[in-house]
Amino acid sequence: MKFDTSGFETSMPMIGFGSSSDLLDGFSSVPSFDLPRTTDFDGFQKEAVQMVKPAKGTTTLAFIFKEGVMVAADSRASMGGYISSQSVKKIIEINPYMLGTMAGGAADCQFWHRNLGIKCRLHELANKRRISVSGASKLLANMLYSYRGMGLSVGTMIAGWDETGPGLYYVDNEGGRLKGDRFSVGSGSPYAYGVLDSGYKFDMSVAEASELARRSIYHATFRDGASGGVASVYHVGPKGWTKLSGDDVGELHYHYYPVTPAIAEQVMEEAAAE
Amino acid sequence: MARYDRAITVFSPDGHLFQVEYALEAVRKGNAAVGVRGTDAVVLAVEKKSTPKLQDSRSARKIVSLDNHIALACAGLKADARVLINKARIECQSHRLTLEDPVTVEYITRYIAGLQQKYTQSGGVRPFGLSTLIVGFDPYTRIPSLYQTDPSGTFSAWKANATGRNSNSIREFLEKNYKETSGQETVKLAIRALLEVVESGGKNIEVAVMTREEGGLRQLEEAEIDAIVAEIEAEKAAAEAAKKGPSKET
Repeated sequence: MKFDTSGFETSMPMIGFGSSSDLLDGFSSVPSFDLPRTTDFDGFQKEAVQMVKPAKGTTTLAFIFKEGVMVAADSRASMGGYISSQSVKKIIEINPYMLGTMAGGAADCQFWHRNLGIKCRLHELANKRRISVSGASKLLANMLYSYRGMGLSVGTMIAGWDETGPGLYYVDNEGGRLKGDRFSVGSGSPYAYGVLDSGYKFDMSVAEASELARRSIYHATFRDGASGGVASVYHVGPKGWTKLSGDDVGELHYHYYPVTPAIAEQVMEEAAAE
Repeated sequence: MARYDRAITVFSPDGHLFQVEYALEAVRKGNAAVGVRGTDAVVLAVEKKSTPKLQDSRSARKIVSLDNHIALACAGLKADARVLINKARIECQSHRLTLEDPVTVEYITRYIAGLQQKYTQSGGVRPFGLSTLIVGFDPYTRIPSLYQTDPSGTFSAWKANATGRNSNSIREFLEKNYKETSGQETVKLAIRALLEVVESGGKNIEVAVMTREEGGLRQLEEAEIDAIVAEIEAEKAAAEAAKKGPSKET
């Protein structure tokens, strides 16, 4: 599998001028596109990106622990200061053993994750074995890299379980791809990192880890205006992913900080019905 | 500017692709090659036509690595082989780059077979004139495999197979004598099969082994091959003697 070059297959392979085109054949170049006519291409790129403004208003996190991978996210979609939805599914089920998280442009994330799911399935059919998490994340990163500078806004984590165990990769619209144990992506990520990093241990049970994930999302939604809605928590184990919980963060607040009824000094009694 | 879009490989009225069949003829004239799959080792053995005295035999290796865990031997047009091998090597690395995993034997076989097929259905080109034997161990599962491809672009997995000159007789021998082997026994079986059609002697045979533990392709030295050939001859002689012995007494 190489960079997608299906569009460039011609019926005239190897027009006899041989070696240079031969060798390059394997390292097929990134799909080419017309460059805009401007003297300052970098400035133009920056402008174009700013226009779409990938603010990534959200909080998503994922971490690897003893029992697999825990993935959690909020569910708020905001357009500037307007909350457009409180019930967005930000954890995308690529296939029964791989999850992707959504941060950035909702449409971009949804489309590219679905596209990745198709590629993973085709790989399975062609090779009679599941694609590895590193392979899947690499496919996505390569696709995003080829659209670099064109205004895609995707900050995603690919979490899954393959032959080598649990896997977690961070992939973004710049084409960056990082392997790691703990990631949080989005405007609420600083707050989530605070809670996640201080509470993290590798040897946690599934219950402890899911509680840590849920609490981290909750704290991020408390402080970050662009995050809110429902804190969903998923677990990826050797047999695939399962959804563990989806709690409204408003209710979670009172779960963590219950209101103690103040002891009244004077009690108003109901007037007698007369 | 000349246009290379006229197809050369076209159907005959009775459904044959003659160019492909002629390519198979070229394969049949090539040197004999044998591949055997054991439980923990895979062996390739190729007939070496006598090397001219001044030729540096190391430059004319017939068994090559495609990657650390995959090896290939072929029969047919050696120049075509070079092109195919180079493309396959690039594909092995490309796969490592895009999927962060080494190729499986089946994958690279499928790729090579796909290439061979493409050249039977493209304008201005002729098919590759070679059949390949591809051996290796899959990454992670470490399962050994042996595959064969041919100029038509078909491929299949084998426990043991031969291609090139007199491949039919070698295959017959293998069918009669194949059993699950491991380690040195696999090497012996491959050499015994090749000796059916080749003059015995280390300088007429090139042998390479890949084992599960070691990984990597190991080319056997001439002296080693001579030793194994001697063992095989001794076993043969003993078998002959055993056959003659009892019958004399009756």
